[in-house]
Amino acid sequence: MTTVDRWLLPDGVEEVLPEQAQRIERLRRELLNLYRTWGYELVIPPLMEFTDSLLVGLGSDIDLLTFKVIDQLSGRTLGIRADITPQVARIDAHSIKADAVSRLCYAGSVLHTRPKSLMGSRSPIQLGAELYGAAGQEADVEIISLMLETLKAGGIEQLTLDLGHVGIYRALISGADLDYEYEQMLFDALQRKAMVDLGDILAELEDEELRSQLSTLSALHGDLDVLALAATALAGNDAALAAVSELDSLGRAIATRFPEVTLYFDLGELRGYHYHTGMVFAAYAPDQGQAVANGGRYDDVGAAFGRARPATGFNTDLKLLADISAEGDAAVISAIAAPAENDTELLAKIDMLRSDGETVIVSLGGASDARCTRQLVKDSNGWQVQALEVSSS
Amino acid sequence: MTSNTTQMLTLALTKGRILKETLPLLARAGICPVEDIDSSRKLIFATNQENLRLLILRGSDVPTYVKLGAADIGVTGKDVLLEQGGEGLYEPLDLGIARCRLMTAGRIDRPDMGNRIRVASKFVNVARRYFAERGVHAEVIKLYGAMELAPNMGLADLIVDVVDTGNTLKANGLEPIELIAEVSSRLVVNKASMRSQHDAIQSLINALSEAVAESTACYDQPT
Repeated sequence: MTTVDRWLLPDGVEEVLPEQAQRIERLRRELLNLYRTWGYELVIPPLMEFTDSLLVGLGSDIDLLTFKVIDQLSGRTLGIRADITPQVARIDAHSIKADAVSRLCYAGSVLHTRPKSLMGSRSPIQLGAELYGAAGQEADVEIISLMLETLKAGGIEQLTLDLGHVGIYRALISGADLDYEYEQMLFDALQRKAMVDLGDILAELEDEELRSQLSTLSALHGDLDVLALAATALAGNDAALAAVSELDSLGRAIATRFPEVTLYFDLGELRGYHYHTGMVFAAYAPDQGQAVANGGRYDDVGAAFGRARPATGFNTDLKLLADISAEGDAAVISAIAAPAENDTELLAKIDMLRSDGETVIVSLGGASDARCTRQLVKDSNGWQVQALEVSSS
Repeated sequence: MTSNTTQMLTLALTKGRILKETLPLLARAGICPVEDIDSSRKLIFATNQENLRLLILRGSDVPTYVKLGAADIGVTGKDVLLEQGGEGLYEPLDLGIARCRLMTAGRIDRPDMGNRIRVASKFVNVARRYFAERGVHAEVIKLYGAMELAPNMGLADLIVDVVDTGNTLKANGLEPIELIAEVSSRLVVNKASMRSQHDAIQSLINALSEAVAESTACYDQPT
């Protein structure tokens, strides 16, 4: 490494400079306060844990994303968290041990071995809320509402809420006894909505009804009308129909609470299929090529820690949120310059101003900081705040 | 900020042969660039549809533009998608144009090969995956053009490349060996755009899908 590139940071790893840091921190406080008013308690899980607990339940989806090191004390493998959700699930299952509903929230850095999406960050600040112990739809409505409130607080308008349900696909293939490789191909084609590939793959299926249902699944996306289409197309499969009607009532509940949010249903959306157990959702904002927040139901992840609990939650990246909400917002502070003197009256005045929330910056070497628009000046009545004369420099 | 219905849709096209065959399809779907793409040096073109504009890119850049949301929709070869991976994209339509085949090829007089070979290709990921699946350890050399030269100059045992008529291979003493994939151009869509501009994109997909069905039905030549 030459001196020229010694400052380089790894791809996808960024440092946050004052202006952006202030925006992120303001948003973090605002959102954690919001969650507190909804009854969500803050937890701070550790930055690293044994991979045995960190990766359980999420399996291969998260394994490759996790940085791993050997613990010098135990010889076991440690993982630096790539997702806080399983940690919070463990806290609920093992450390809280109450059978009542528990509501937890968190905000913290995670690391990814490789970006989740093209040009994505490898060091996002994950912020989210999880609700355990409530299996009913009210819980999902609450979590989605809280996510939408989060994005609104971040100043994001024109949201599109994407709703799906992994139970539909699961119900369709459950009776079919597909081999692992075939199912992987089917899954991949569905995720890409690649109609032609899907047609080729489905041609191998003998069950004609299943073939047409799976092929329809990839076309079932759009507004509330697709649910009616789905009810017809999936007739005969009770589990799939139950999932569709669950989506229908969920959609209506959200539409009542957030009439300004565009609802979008995608019954072929299988994001997080390997650990989600029910409805899944994601929020999209204009001009963002990726979802800005997402989540879903992941019942019984806690089983690995001895306690299976209904679970639903969402998370977002605070850095991304602050970036989006940054547009048009310039946080200007108007600071007060104070001379560097040992005058007790001056020191008392500075303390008083600071405790009132003012920013007071001591002028080192006589020069006032560029952010100062006012200054402390001593007159016959003691130290007073006055406008700072614009220097001619 | 405008409302969803009047937002501009950006369609990224692949220049060259794919573009030549895409334009008649677009025309059949009622979309025409307002100026002649061939005689202009511009890279962004307005169309007769107020809310749709075209970008002219290299094929390998199309997935990048669409994944990042810089373009909402794109037209690119299946070979490019196989090489770069289609994560984060929808691939709703096979346009059936610019058909060719992704194949392995080698010298006609090549000796029998062991299970450790050298392969030259522009499709390094495809090549690595393909040979690994067959239990062959391939050292892949990335080249940017004139693949046919590599086996002849002793740079590689085999090449992986797209084959159209096979004439270039033949002229250089090579022959196609195994088919890796049939290639044609695909319509790709950004997942976020599909949600935020669903109606506009879905009607474009429908119109193009009809245009594709028509053109395969009557085999008409692009004019």
